[in-house]
Amino acid sequence: MDLFLPESGLVIWMLIAFVIVFLILAKAGWPKIMGAVEKRNAHISDSLLAAEEANNALAGIEQKRQETMAAAQAEQIKILKESQDLKTQLIEEAKTQARQEAEKIVADARLKIEKEQAEAMANIKNEVIALSVDIAEKLLQRELSDKESQSAYIEQLLNNNQPRIEA
Amino acid sequence: MKTIICHITLVIIVAAALLMPCWVQAQDSIVPTPTEERQAPAPEEKEKFDAKSFIFGHTGDSYCFHITEIHEKPVCVWLPVIVKCKDGGNWHIFSSKHICELKEGETFNHKGANFFIEPINADKYPGKLVEVKADGSISRPFDISFTKNAFGIFLVCAFLLAFFLPAARKYEKNPMGKPTKYQGLIEWLTYMVLDGIIRPNIPEKKVKKFAPYLLTVFFFIFFANLFGLIPFFPFGANVTGNLSITIVLALLTYFFVNLFGNRHYWKDILWPDVPIFLKALPLMPIIELISTITKPFALMVRLFANILAGHIVIMVLMALIFIIGGMYGAGMGGVMSIVSIFMTIFMTALELLVAYIQAYVFTILSSLFIGMAQHEPDHKS
Repeated sequence: MDLFLPESGLVIWMLIAFVIVFLILAKAGWPKIMGAVEKRNAHISDSLLAAEEANNALAGIEQKRQETMAAAQAEQIKILKESQDLKTQLIEEAKTQARQEAEKIVADARLKIEKEQAEAMANIKNEVIALSVDIAEKLLQRELSDKESQSAYIEQLLNNNQPRIEA
Repeated sequence: MKTIICHITLVIIVAAALLMPCWVQAQDSIVPTPTEERQAPAPEEKEKFDAKSFIFGHTGDSYCFHITEIHEKPVCVWLPVIVKCKDGGNWHIFSSKHICELKEGETFNHKGANFFIEPINADKYPGKLVEVKADGSISRPFDISFTKNAFGIFLVCAFLLAFFLPAARKYEKNPMGKPTKYQGLIEWLTYMVLDGIIRPNIPEKKVKKFAPYLLTVFFFIFFANLFGLIPFFPFGANVTGNLSITIVLALLTYFFVNLFGNRHYWKDILWPDVPIFLKALPLMPIIELISTITKPFALMVRLFANILAGHIVIMVLMALIFIIGGMYGAGMGGVMSIVSIFMTIFMTALELLVAYIQAYVFTILSSLFIGMAQHEPDHKS
């Protein structure tokens, strides 16, 4: 049957057209498309790799930052604690010093009081001695017969010297 | 869900086709008079519907591109006829208008040579241009007319160039840019073939060398198949269902397999690893050499037969309308046309699948054969 025989004219047209199209596409079509797509694929995979590396680097930096932060925080806590200690120590010291000062003042004051007391006592003693001597002198000076007038006299003397004793 | 609808539709169509004869008889007995009276003079006036010339006229090649008929006058694109007469004759180039419009028995005289086209049901040279010698004998001139199929080939080729070259230029201009949707389509199509068909069969180092041919073959066959399914001008030429086209494709594959075959491939053909008496005779080398020819031959016939068969089935379904109409009357033809249209839709959908599958099969087998001729043995055994 004619259907199953190739037609020479059509074979020639087909050969010419197909070979020309094949040559054009093989030269200017497929290699360009494939080349560009492969280039882009390589570019994309490279970029992904670079992005991953950058991510990793970023993660490293982040970790370092956190470490630094933690260290700084520890330092801060340490410094705070130290200053607290220092403060209490200073207060303690100041208190002790103040107490010592106060004690010293009190002791001095007591010492002075005691001294003045002693002085006063000495004065009084001297006064009493002088008074006694005075009274004794006056007693001795008067030779009295009357016991009654004697004692009135002593009374009088004593009354006369009252202000001196009180002073 | 969709497959269920498909199955139901299919079952209905098949059932309708099976029940048709019963219904035909019933209808004939019920309404006999009006149609028969009107139809009565028709068979005498009109010639009988010739299914064979109808089918092969549409699936075969033609000197003009027939579009439609208006008032019984054909509307055609007249393609050039280019012939060289036998026995030292001259070249003749003229429009196919002159020979396609000839009535029976007429011939067309061009520069002293008489031509006419043999009818499609002739025994010798059916549907072909022949020259009538002075003594009345007919001979076939050397014919490189730009026929309907040649037109179809050029259409597909032009489409391939117009479809793929702008993408290549875009890639060249801006290789790293974001691809456009059009480029995405081209990429998808190209890499579907490249990664799905070529890479699995051809050694990675040789892919760049053979991919252009295989890609061109795939898209030529695929688009030729698709264009063949579009039933109006300028499509509809049965390009891949023609042996002249598939033989060229098969020859090119043969050429690519054997011309670039490596030493190992030729050693396997001419001196295969078989007992010495089998190759000294030389029985095996002859068988192997024949097998190199049968492989592309199978490619040629497979593509041709599949596409031609699909076209013929569709044409038969169309012809069935007129056959049934001629046998049982116009009413029955009308009913048949509904059935035929459903069946044709189904067939066309199937042919869409076949269009891809045949392009796929041709390309995958071509790349397999090429890849086998490039195969390097892993180690000497």
